[in-house]
Amino acid sequence: MKKLLIALAASAAAIVASSGAMAQDKMKACFIYVGPIGDFGWSYQHHQGALEMQKALGGEEKVEIAYLESVPEGADAERAITNFARSGCKIIFTTSFGYMDATNAVAAKFPDIKFEHATGFKRDTENVSTYNSKFHEGRYVQGVIAAKMSQKGVAGYIASFPIPEVVMGINAFVLGAQSVNPDFKVKVVWANTWFDPGKEADAAKALLDQGVDVITQHTDSTAPMQVAAERKVKAFGQASDMIKFGPETQLTAIVDDWGPYYTERVKALMDGTYKQIDIWGGMKEGHVVMAPYLNMPDDVKKAAEEVQAKITDGSFNPFTGPIKKQDGSEWLAAGAVAPDGELLGLNFYVNGVDDQLPKN
Amino acid sequence: MFESILLTIATAATPLLIAAIGELVVERSGVLNLGVEGMMLMGAVTGFGAALATGNPWIGVLAAIVVGALFSLLFGFLALTLATNQVATGLALTLLGIGLSGMIGTAFIGQPGVKLTAIYIPGLTDLPMGRFFFGQDPLFYISILLVAAVGWFLFRTRAGLTLRSIGDSHTAAHALGIKVIPIRYAAVAFGGACAGLAGAQMSLVYTSQWIENMTAGRGWIALALVVFASWRPWRVLLGAYLFGAITIAQLHVQALSVNDIPVASGAMWIVSESGRWLLGLLKSVPAQFLSSLPYLATVVVLVLISRNRRMTLINTPASLGKPFVPDR
Repeated sequence: MKKLLIALAASAAAIVASSGAMAQDKMKACFIYVGPIGDFGWSYQHHQGALEMQKALGGEEKVEIAYLESVPEGADAERAITNFARSGCKIIFTTSFGYMDATNAVAAKFPDIKFEHATGFKRDTENVSTYNSKFHEGRYVQGVIAAKMSQKGVAGYIASFPIPEVVMGINAFVLGAQSVNPDFKVKVVWANTWFDPGKEADAAKALLDQGVDVITQHTDSTAPMQVAAERKVKAFGQASDMIKFGPETQLTAIVDDWGPYYTERVKALMDGTYKQIDIWGGMKEGHVVMAPYLNMPDDVKKAAEEVQAKITDGSFNPFTGPIKKQDGSEWLAAGAVAPDGELLGLNFYVNGVDDQLPKN
Repeated sequence: MFESILLTIATAATPLLIAAIGELVVERSGVLNLGVEGMMLMGAVTGFGAALATGNPWIGVLAAIVVGALFSLLFGFLALTLATNQVATGLALTLLGIGLSGMIGTAFIGQPGVKLTAIYIPGLTDLPMGRFFFGQDPLFYISILLVAAVGWFLFRTRAGLTLRSIGDSHTAAHALGIKVIPIRYAAVAFGGACAGLAGAQMSLVYTSQWIENMTAGRGWIALALVVFASWRPWRVLLGAYLFGAITIAQLHVQALSVNDIPVASGAMWIVSESGRWLLGLLKSVPAQFLSSLPYLATVVVLVLISRNRRMTLINTPASLGKPFVPDR
């Protein structure tokens, strides 16, 4: 049934696309999303980036946008991407890790079309670029704030799946917190879902019942923020600025801002300066943006801004030694910086995480 | 902390309970409506929208009930009047509900909603355990009343007997002059209303927000609970709370650290040590496994219940899922 829907959606998009293909000089950028654009999280932010790009480059008259939502990762994705490639798209953004093989397979068949794959690492042909963001930089700043705000020295962390991206975030948060309070502890609850508002709320309640007094999340809904607001503790937003859901609760949020990158890439294609790249951008590149620092004393705000400034100008990397692994063995010697390749495959905790990492 | 955990369990169990008790009535009348998830989503989005527009959560609750019932009548028209395949029609209703609610809800994304607040009775709510018995949101009490009312209706009233007779043999009931189709319409609408209410609980109580697909599969759990309960109302209550309790308990196991349990001395030493040992054992199990525990428990209980085949057959509506076409 789902396949049928995808096929229908894809053909509908193809019809829309073919009517637009008449005007040859018009740029057409296409997006494949893994979730609904109404998730107020991952896919929502990608779509906001797409809309921002369209606006920045002259609106609908100059740039046409097409997108498919809730495309399953795997074989269906290849069909959806192929349909886009045939319908006049000049650049196709595939915005989830699971589209990696499908993107490369289709790219090999359409050498004249540019493909951009988010969070992946395969670039089999010259027309495939990859892009990702260093969200852990934001999590380090959150850790600093959490340690300064927490009375009890324990934070709650609602996690999704034990993949490197999430483990990296937990570690960065702990390191940030321990830079302020070396005894700081983090309790982790795995929700085993990216998206289930009810379960995320339950996880937040469980953590609060066990005495944590600040909450952060690596799941996509605003539910934990609302629970924190009800219980009058502080929390951090995820993916989007969630201040509306906790006006007196949200300390800050990591906002995924894809707009500048999309604008830059599509503009380069229009100007003829487009080149294949592999970018892992962070605060420096403007990919990771922090929502305004609110609901905290001025000295905490100042400390957070200082750390953010140091990460932004490149003088500080959150994963700088000495860092010990959870079991007490040494990971990074004093002054050593973790190489990107090791971070992208991270599968262990640093010292101070009050949890056993589930194995894949 | 204990009371607080109970409150969390009640909030998690209530949408399952409300949706399942509605579906139980539908299935007792011999109709299998797999559209619970879609109807819940329609209820969630209209409930959220109506509450947001008027600022009154009760208007949201009412709107969700009405829309849930109306939406289920679409299924009723196809499956009852046109006698289409009930499984396929129910699935289609769920797919339609997911898409339609997403479209209607576009304007509500990222907007904090109106919360249906918990009741407060001076004196009673402040008692020990008072927040559980006298201080929850109104839908909690409604869900318990619904179970009692459905139990009474199905097994203590003549109308309930008629409804069950249709579920067991629609041809025999038809031969006796019972109006099979209209009664089934009523049952389907009741099921839809309950699913809508369960959806409103999600978007007005559980989490006061609207996000696409926010029920995240709870409609399917509700369907499973009906079978789990072998079509007996009070067992639905048991099933929903068992499911909720295990879901919440596994989150606590994850968050609790062995060092959080103090080492007691004297006679309590055994208790605290065994508690630490048990928690250590549970924590050595991967979180993915803990997450699947509620489902696993449901399957185990289902196996235990169905060991007595004769009792299972007595409770199962014999005409369940079969389309009824009157011969004249």
